[in-house]
Amino acid sequence: MCLGVPGQVVRVEENPVGMTMGLVSFGGITKEVCLAYTPEVQVGDYVLVHVGFAISRIDEDHAREVFDALRQMGELEGLEPPPPRAG
Amino acid sequence: MRFVDEYRDGAAAQALVAAVAARVTKPWTLMEICGGQTHTLIRYGIDRMLPEPVTLVHGPGCPVCVTPLVEIDRALEIAGRPGVTFTSFGDMLRVPGSRTDLLTVKARGGDVRMVYSPLDAVKLAEADPSRQVVFFAVGFETTAPANAAAVWEARRKGLKNFSLLVSHVLVPPAMEALLSSPLNRVQGFLAAGHVCTVMGYREYEPIAERYRIPIVVTGFEPIDLLQGILMTLTALEEGRHGVENQYTRSVTREGNVRAQELVAEVFEPCDRAWRGIGVIPGSGLALRGPYASFDAARRFQVEALEVEEPEVCIAGQILQGLKRPSDCAAFGGACTPEHPLGAPMVSSEGACAAYHAYGRG
Ligand code: SF4
Repeated sequence: MCLGVPGQVVRVEENPVGMTMGLVSFGGITKEVCLAYTPEVQVGDYVLVHVGFAISRIDEDHAREVFDALRQMGELEGLEPPPPRAG
Repeated sequence: MRFVDEYRDGAAAQALVAAVAARVTKPWTLMEICGGQTHTLIRYGIDRMLPEPVTLVHGPGCPVCVTPLVEIDRALEIAGRPGVTFTSFGDMLRVPGSRTDLLTVKARGGDVRMVYSPLDAVKLAEADPSRQVVFFAVGFETTAPANAAAVWEARRKGLKNFSLLVSHVLVPPAMEALLSSPLNRVQGFLAAGHVCTVMGYREYEPIAERYRIPIVVTGFEPIDLLQGILMTLTALEEGRHGVENQYTRSVTREGNVRAQELVAEVFEPCDRAWRGIGVIPGSGLALRGPYASFDAARRFQVEALEVEEPEVCIAGQILQGLKRPSDCAAFGGACTPEHPLGAPMVSSEGACAAYHAYGRG
């Protein structure tokens, strides 16, 4: 139930009286998503979407931390995280 | 897909498994709270990659599974009434009530619909004022902001034909209930990353302190889970307790303050019964005063309904990490995903369904 799917914001539609909505692309498939809880997001940002609501902006620097930590432990000699891909 | 595929990387997983093996010297029992995490752990066989002394037990974090039978019966009662459009997330449709389930009500002509978002239910209400649209609001803190937004929107639009059947549950009181039980075996927790995305993890700090255990906020992909397990085991081996955050790409200590504000505007804490566990004080959410008119249980007067839980299902003990699905006499025989006797066999996040799908037991 607490499934969260990462997607990229492709459009933001401010709504002065109601909820800010937007379009989010999940690997090319776009869906209407409520952005009211992530007012800071801009087109191009990645958000985590749960039941039609963005609940966080994914922090790209922090996203690398898992692999940085592994490399620091010397556990990941020679292994690079897969390069970021579009979508 | 970005932020998914890289966290399924096999070499990184192997490195983490090796790191766990190098770190562990004693037997430890960890619990993952969230059913989504249970599903990933079983699907990828992560529990079997860990060294022998490490035991993973599965927590109560499947909202479908912890929703009491009486709540399902209330939903069925409302869904069967004329003029009602009953909406829900897909998982809830197959959960057996005492006599039937929502899909059967639908097959008999009831207007039961699966929606992707609670806002879709609001749209249905707006489109057809002649029907009473009810949304079955189950879930943890992750889902509460969406449901709060739906009620807030319905009120803003002045909709008189929208209501929520609320069975919301909160994670920290359940963790405390587990930890304070004399039967507790859990020595460290993987906290649910998306619950904490919304709520942050300040609430967990006093719990970690009081019970002197490590709690690691953990994400949902295999690499996240392995790293969360490594962090928890490292803390245990070093005799440390406290809260740590593995899922930093989504979770901050404060969480999503905007979401918390709207949840607090629409809902207030209440005592709530968990299936097989019983009433846990302060472990649920109920609609707050100004929003109480959106309460479906009140609108359709089903509050007084009472039912007995079936005896064969040991879901309660499974949800507390005391038993495994394969310990249940009905598992895979009388109880299968096609004919579930209990909720943990229905939801893909239920421990029984995960064990069944991946041939455990
Ligand atoms: S196998 Fe079925 S009957 Fe047994 S605990 Fe799981 S859901 Fe309940």
